[in-house]
Amino acid sequence: MTQIQKLRHRIDATDRLIITATQDGLPLVPRPYDEIARQTGLDSELVKQRMSAMLTLGIIRRMGVVPNHYRLGFTANGMSVWDVDEAQMDRIGALVGGLDYVSHCYQRPKNLPLWPYNFFAMVHGRSRPEVEEKVAQIADLVGEASHSHSILYSSKILKKTGIRLKQKRDEKCSD
Amino acid sequence: MNTNVELAKEDRAIINSLQGGFPVCDDPYAQIATSLGMDETQLITRLSKLLDDGLLSRFGPLYNPERLGGAVTLAALKVPKERFDEVTELVNQHSEVAHNYARSHPLNMWFVIATETPEQIDETIARIQEQTGLQVYNFPKQKEYFIGLRFDL
Repeated sequence: MTQIQKLRHRIDATDRLIITATQDGLPLVPRPYDEIARQTGLDSELVKQRMSAMLTLGIIRRMGVVPNHYRLGFTANGMSVWDVDEAQMDRIGALVGGLDYVSHCYQRPKNLPLWPYNFFAMVHGRSRPEVEEKVAQIADLVGEASHSHSILYSSKILKKTGIRLKQKRDEKCSD
Repeated sequence: MNTNVELAKEDRAIINSLQGGFPVCDDPYAQIATSLGMDETQLITRLSKLLDDGLLSRFGPLYNPERLGGAVTLAALKVPKERFDEVTELVNQHSEVAHNYARSHPLNMWFVIATETPEQIDETIARIQEQTGLQVYNFPKQKEYFIGLRFDL
């Protein structure tokens, strides 16, 4: 059984109720978990217990705010993309992923000839020169492990709804 | 566009401190408020306003779809300039498309597809290709090195 399957089996109908009730956010009232309990008909202690467990398991990645970086002045969002030696990928990943201005750092497949890059590191800044300065720092760190790189700026947000988890109609697999 | 130049220092403190680690307990707002030197009502009011004003996209648990059996990928299209608006509409109408950005590259439209099962990724890509007549370039992640960004405002 794979790790994902194991985790999948740990999610039951109770978790799904909580997920559905909170995927748009946490209630903005003094006792938010009591409010989730009221909405779902679950016991408040159970809600807290399940949400803590989902945090521990990584089902909840984190609990907190998602800043709208555009509205906060981080208007230069540069997707830096690199052609990294496969053999050095993990070393570079750890190095670049550890930088505080980098998010969403991934290895992804090339698609030649249009797309020669296999390493993506999202860099956020208040201006393009700031992003370029940060990408230059990355280039220094990466050195000859990368053959070429480029920065793709986002010129417009076309959609940003976030990931929606639908409630499963069929709950028979749960528990 | 409004930028952070006018962000009150209380709001700045809220955003900087609440990027993760919001507690699971009876009165989490009161706890966080104390650490920020404000009271519970002030914190809730400011958070609500930051959300209403769109400075925050959301607040609460951020679920990891892959841990729920779902799948996520990054995909791109090379859209002819004159078809950009039309194709944007075709792509955005899919509820599976979570984010979509115009980017400066021949591959000029980049979007995240999130689905309940890995198979639905391929189905969504096939539908988008059929509707737009364009090839979807799929860039599924092979390895993740870091996720989460700390903004220092």
